[in-house]
Amino acid sequence: MGKIVIDNSRCKSCYICTETCPKNLIKKSNKTNRLGDYMVEFEDSRGECIGCAMCAKRCPDMAITEVWR
Amino acid sequence: MQQVFSIPKSIKKDSKYTFCPGCDHGIAIRLLCEVIDELGIQDKSICATSIGCSVFLYDFIDVDCIEAPHGRALAEATGVKRACPDKVVFTYQGDGDFASIGLAESMHAAFRGERVTALMLNNTTYGMTGGQHGPTTMMGQITTTSPTGRNRDYYGYPAKMAEQLALIDGCAYSARVALDSIPHINEAKNAIKKAFQVQLSGIGLGFVEILSTCPTNWKMTPEEAHVRVRTDMVKTFPLGVFKDLSEGGK
Amino acid sequence: MSNNNEKVLIKGNYAIAQAAVNAGCQCYFGYPITPQTEIGEYLSGKMQELGRGYVCAESELAAINMVIGAVSTGVKAMTSSSSCAVALMQEALSYACGDELPVVLVNVMRAGPGLGYIYPAQGDYNQSVYGGGNGDYKIIVIAPSTVQECIDYTYKAFYLAHKYRNPVILLADGLLGQMMEPACFGEYPYPEIDNSSWALTGAKGREARAIYSLGPIESKQIERIERIFKKFELITKNETDWEEFQTEDAEIILTAFGSMTRNIKAAMKVLREKGIKAGCFRPITLNPFPHKRIEELASEGKDFVVVEMNMGQMFKDVKYSVNGKSNVELVNRPVGEWLRVEEIVSAVEKIMEKNYAASI
Repeated sequence: MGKIVIDNSRCKSCYICTETCPKNLIKKSNKTNRLGDYMVEFEDSRGECIGCAMCAKRCPDMAITEVWR
Repeated sequence: MQQVFSIPKSIKKDSKYTFCPGCDHGIAIRLLCEVIDELGIQDKSICATSIGCSVFLYDFIDVDCIEAPHGRALAEATGVKRACPDKVVFTYQGDGDFASIGLAESMHAAFRGERVTALMLNNTTYGMTGGQHGPTTMMGQITTTSPTGRNRDYYGYPAKMAEQLALIDGCAYSARVALDSIPHINEAKNAIKKAFQVQLSGIGLGFVEILSTCPTNWKMTPEEAHVRVRTDMVKTFPLGVFKDLSEGGK
Repeated sequence: MSNNNEKVLIKGNYAIAQAAVNAGCQCYFGYPITPQTEIGEYLSGKMQELGRGYVCAESELAAINMVIGAVSTGVKAMTSSSSCAVALMQEALSYACGDELPVVLVNVMRAGPGLGYIYPAQGDYNQSVYGGGNGDYKIIVIAPSTVQECIDYTYKAFYLAHKYRNPVILLADGLLGQMMEPACFGEYPYPEIDNSSWALTGAKGREARAIYSLGPIESKQIERIERIFKKFELITKNETDWEEFQTEDAEIILTAFGSMTRNIKAAMKVLREKGIKAGCFRPITLNPFPHKRIEELASEGKDFVVVEMNMGQMFKDVKYSVNGKSNVELVNRPVGEWLRVEEIVSAVEKIMEKNYAASI
């Protein structure tokens, strides 16, 4: 069991996290940020997140501000 | 649950990077701050900054910073360290700053064995000015000033700084790392830490060359850029520790 | 040099070096160049003996940037060089002004342009006063004329640099650097300046500090430049320094800076003996320049003769100060052997004749 916190104000929509998550829990959302880019969202309804923090470690903008395990 | 990741304390509160999307500068600065936190040296560190995309460093890190003219970071770091030997002094430069305009200052700081830590981001191009050919541009690489690719006749060969620094007696640690994958990011952090530890133990200069992406000027997506690092760039710039004079090092 | 009040026979370069030590200079960074190399030679041993910082830098470029690094921590530091190599430092001087850092640079002038040669000259007036760096900035420039003044003004250079957080150039020349004269060191006469409000010492118990000149926001950069210039107004008000002799009744005033002052003083005496009412005026600070005082003297109808070892660099500033209120003439030689007293005297006599002829 794990969870992450995304700070959308830091996210620049590079989508590195979406390709990093081993469980595919981070996806491009329908919401856009102020630059008009689609932001990412964390969706874990089945409790699959293992809190590996790989997304946070690869995020260039520290937009994933917290990872819990 | 336990928190396993948080923003390093040495990152300025509420500061946000102004780099392009997907730029590896962000990861490098975060690793630098994680190392500063882990070594507990935030309140005695002084950084000599550089010119280029790295110029805004002092907006992001909660460490005293002195601005250096283009290429002069290691000269200023020398001045700081000689004035305050008890401080932890480091530089954070791009490849243009370190290996081109500041090559003399960089090499001589190593020759003198200054007890400082030097980090150089290598993204094979001048990022801030829009992606021109630089000292580390790879053979065949197309840039705005090498429109048909780097060739031997007009441009010569790329500078391989980690190998060069390893040859210098005053350099105690020299490594080349990358930020394209989790294992490489972990290795990069270890290398940065080592480069500080050799300073702290007074052995000599610690140097880390960090292979970095420039998705904007490479005209690639961030992931494509990382693929280029691991498939293409490492052929010209092999990863590894080239010198380690610390205890247990090679 | 155990007794500081004792007169010693000492070379100008050594005097500057020892004065820097007395002033509490913690670090010296330099690169050899004639005619100032003795400063670095002297300090290499002295600084190590005292456990202070010394680096024989890879270039003048590196040397002055090392000074920037050192003074950013609040300590006193300096470099020394000569003309063509000071040209290499112009970038850093512009940065140091923008960063508001107390850099001290000793320039023992030699001949130019380009490599020129090692004989003395005064061709760096423009380089020092107007600067060769980019953007709007101002540097305090002090020109000594004797070995004693090399000591006194080295002390002053450190004091003013830290008092105003502004670079200071001590503008000597090859003649002063190489000659020996009796001089007395005394003690460093100025109070220590508290740098704790801005110096980089590590962000312990306070927010991190950054010293930089980068101005991505236009309004902030305007603010910075205005602050620097306002500061220089204060420096002009407080620190403009000159000396004058027998100007009260003078009809013609000989003007020179640095070691040429010695010869105009002697020429004035000869002219007085010949019945010509000559005076002497010598700017000590070349920047801020004593414009106001020269203007006052010119308003009284006194003519000026500027004597210098260049093609008329200070001459322009004197002319600017006089602003058409009286005659200003130049007596000069570009480089080399200093204008002799008799040469100055005969040049002044010719100017007097010309002015007299023009007035009838």
